[in-house]
Amino acid sequence: MAKIVVDPITRIEGHLRIEAEIEGGMIKDAWSSSTMFRGIEKILKDRDPRDAWYWTQRFCGVCTTVHSIASIRAVEDALKIKIPPNAQLIRNIIIGIQGVQDHVIHFYHLHALDWVDITSALKADPVKTASLAASISDWPNNSATHFKAVQEKLKAFVDTGRLGPFANAYWGHPAYKLPPEANLMATAHYLEALEWQKEVIKIHAILGSKNPHPQTFLVGGMSIPVDPDSQNALNADSLITIKRLLVKARDFVEKVYIPDLLAIASFYKEWAGIGAGVGNYMSYGEFPDPVSGNLWFPSGIIMNRDISKLLPVDQQKVAEYVDHSWYESTAGQGKGLHPWKGETEAKYSGPKPPYQFLDTDKKYSWVKAPRYDEAPMEVGPLARILVAYVAGHAESKAAVDMVLGKLGVGPAALFSTLGRTAARGIDALLMARQTQVYLDQLIANIGKGDYRIHANEKWDPKEWPAEASGYGFHEAPRGALGHWIRIKDQKIYNYQAVVPSTWNASPRDAKGQRGPYESSLVGTPVAKPDQPLEILRTIHSFDPCLACAVHVTDATGNELVRVRVS
Amino acid sequence: MDREGKEKQKEKGFSVARMLEERGVSRRDFLKFCSTVTVAMALPATMAPKVAQALDKVQRPTLVWLNFQDCTGDTEALLRSANPTVGELVLDILSIDYHETIMAAAGHQAEAALEKTVKEFKGKYLCVVEGSIPLKDGGVFGCIGGKTFQQIAKHVCGSAAATIAVGTCAAYGGIAAAVPNPSGAVGVKEAVPGITVLNLPGCPCNADNLTAVVVYYLTFGKLPAMDSHGRPLFAHGKRIHDNCERRPHFDAGQYVEHWGDDAHRKGFCLYKMGCKGPATFHNCPTQRFNEKCSWPVAAGHGCVGCSEPQFWDTSPLYRRLPNVPGFGIEQNADKIGLAFAAGVGGAFAIHGAMNALRKDKDATSENTKDGEE
Repeated sequence: MAKIVVDPITRIEGHLRIEAEIEGGMIKDAWSSSTMFRGIEKILKDRDPRDAWYWTQRFCGVCTTVHSIASIRAVEDALKIKIPPNAQLIRNIIIGIQGVQDHVIHFYHLHALDWVDITSALKADPVKTASLAASISDWPNNSATHFKAVQEKLKAFVDTGRLGPFANAYWGHPAYKLPPEANLMATAHYLEALEWQKEVIKIHAILGSKNPHPQTFLVGGMSIPVDPDSQNALNADSLITIKRLLVKARDFVEKVYIPDLLAIASFYKEWAGIGAGVGNYMSYGEFPDPVSGNLWFPSGIIMNRDISKLLPVDQQKVAEYVDHSWYESTAGQGKGLHPWKGETEAKYSGPKPPYQFLDTDKKYSWVKAPRYDEAPMEVGPLARILVAYVAGHAESKAAVDMVLGKLGVGPAALFSTLGRTAARGIDALLMARQTQVYLDQLIANIGKGDYRIHANEKWDPKEWPAEASGYGFHEAPRGALGHWIRIKDQKIYNYQAVVPSTWNASPRDAKGQRGPYESSLVGTPVAKPDQPLEILRTIHSFDPCLACAVHVTDATGNELVRVRVS
Repeated sequence: MDREGKEKQKEKGFSVARMLEERGVSRRDFLKFCSTVTVAMALPATMAPKVAQALDKVQRPTLVWLNFQDCTGDTEALLRSANPTVGELVLDILSIDYHETIMAAAGHQAEAALEKTVKEFKGKYLCVVEGSIPLKDGGVFGCIGGKTFQQIAKHVCGSAAATIAVGTCAAYGGIAAAVPNPSGAVGVKEAVPGITVLNLPGCPCNADNLTAVVVYYLTFGKLPAMDSHGRPLFAHGKRIHDNCERRPHFDAGQYVEHWGDDAHRKGFCLYKMGCKGPATFHNCPTQRFNEKCSWPVAAGHGCVGCSEPQFWDTSPLYRRLPNVPGFGIEQNADKIGLAFAAGVGGAFAIHGAMNALRKDKDATSENTKDGEE
């Protein structure tokens, strides 16, 4: 049996390695390993809890707001702070546009090249490309002239013989199925999306000074002042700019991303039967109402692909295992520990670099294995959309039915590589629309004369209890994210994060159950083992983000000082 | 690639300007771009024609980008770089032969692409490093393709014409190197002694400063002048405080006291909310972010000092810089640095403050040179 290694997995955030056994043109078994560790939770110990958002933000520069959000929510939960409506709405807008922009970048710049053969675009007829595009969207840039210009640019680039980031790829691989015109259309939109993403994310700069890593979060609210009569605050001018950018974001999703997704998917329908994975899905829910706190996206759990039943999330059922991860645990072999009781210390036991293969029978990753009620869980847009669908969330149901209808497939098709990629598009569409609602609410609230952006009462640490603990949940673009904090004497006593890619990239647990990446690869056909394009398709469908996954640490049980990994 | 020989010949005839032209960038846009980067490099505007001339002549240079212990924030910054059309094309034109976040190839094919560049362009390519390098336990805390980050850095940076360390992690170890530094993280210069490194700290670095460094290098054939922390003076020669748009409020003694108060809404000075502008050397107030949309102080949050070495251990976000005598008087601003060094020692090291002071001196001598102050 041939064992292949893909390391680095590119077009992701972070350092991920996949080892796979191939037999008879199909993956028989797979192992997912993260090969980088920093230890940020350990570093957080004894620091000011109000600073934690800034540190945890650096878990990841791609999902650059999500750890800030989870962190301030955790501290606010611990200190029982209720933030003003403006702050909640500003956060919702930041979360929404982050999700939309992140998903578009993922689709075009990280995932598309798994389906789109750029070199084939050179053979396309621009006129036919324009009619193909016109048949699926009225996007004004889809003209023959534009496609021709893109093709010429591409040709000039290829003619230099220096393909730069496009060199050495799997071009011409038999698994590429799109006709040249579809390839040209997607290539043009790849370039257009590159321009678009830096425009729409200016919303983060307006609300938070810059992107990546906006600097505006505060425990208790936000630091961007609101005052329509000031030139140094969020005023009418900046609000209208945000409005314009949100429209631009929504238009692109509705008229480019979704039509492209459907067009490309229609050529790859067999991928609706590949890559399902563990079949358990979890979402924490998102977008709190500024007054009631009710979540717009519902939370919940689906087990064994049973969409007739939605279970509530009970954080007590989360446990982490390190039987195949490079950590020590005094709890002993085969024991999972709830994050609050856990205790782990980094201890590398893999092969000495440089190495060819990891010892996958033993420990083989810096990512731990979180389990819910002992079961591996998939998190991310697919989980979010499935949970919303089953919960009867009207907007989600309509969007899912639209996409399934256009593809002519049933809900079961969602349990797949293609389903994951489609769900991300649906998610982007829903957020692109809903974010506008939050902006309108913000404008209305400011119009009423409410300029509050921060709850000041607990800003001074002298106002805090001697000890406090809390947690913050957030549905990040990549899925269910949780931060837990314990505060003692105004300092961080213990800090932990269990992040989406930890769930998805998890190695095996004590029972030998594979994590979602590993599980989804089993049974995947591989036409050319030396060019494992199919592995990239399924792994990219999760949108891996590994820097986060490995900061994760569990808790520290009796000895509060100890943190885990990171 | 079989057409390689031919291509190499062809390459000789290329210039960045010509390439841009072929890609539909007008001469006028090109010159505009040159003016913008000239300003970014803090050079007099009269230098713009020289920049344009140099870029006209330069061959399509090769760049590789290595990601180590990072969060990919600097890569994301690059994706948002200003001068969008042209800046992006310039980067395109650089021939970025390796960048894991964007490259199409993966696994062995990706490694092969890198190796090819290192061999073929030995001593000629630029290497950008993002993220720190863990040295503890033989470097097992970071591996790609079975090799440690340090092994890769020695090989790739060691064969480069120069290395640009982007972000505070690559420059000085950054967040991973903060106390207690669990993985033994260091900056690239420390991990690979003896190589030529320019540091472009910031969290993340400002992509416009990165573009400016590359253009500087292409224009003058050398790296820009640096301070003692290896930072380019054009971006780090002055304090945030020196160019801050809220400086008049500082001088007038007008401060924000609470988040969201009247003073906050009016854009008063954030010193009392913990702003580190008086001790931070960076061009944020003028260069700004996201095509000059904004920067932290403009959005109502103080500077955190993210481009200073060891800022993670010396700059609690909301702790006020220690007592500064004589607020509101221009000359006393410099005393803040002194007071900072004397008073901040508390929980963590005072290293950063001392560095800031030293930097202050460097900056002063440099300033007299171009006669700006």
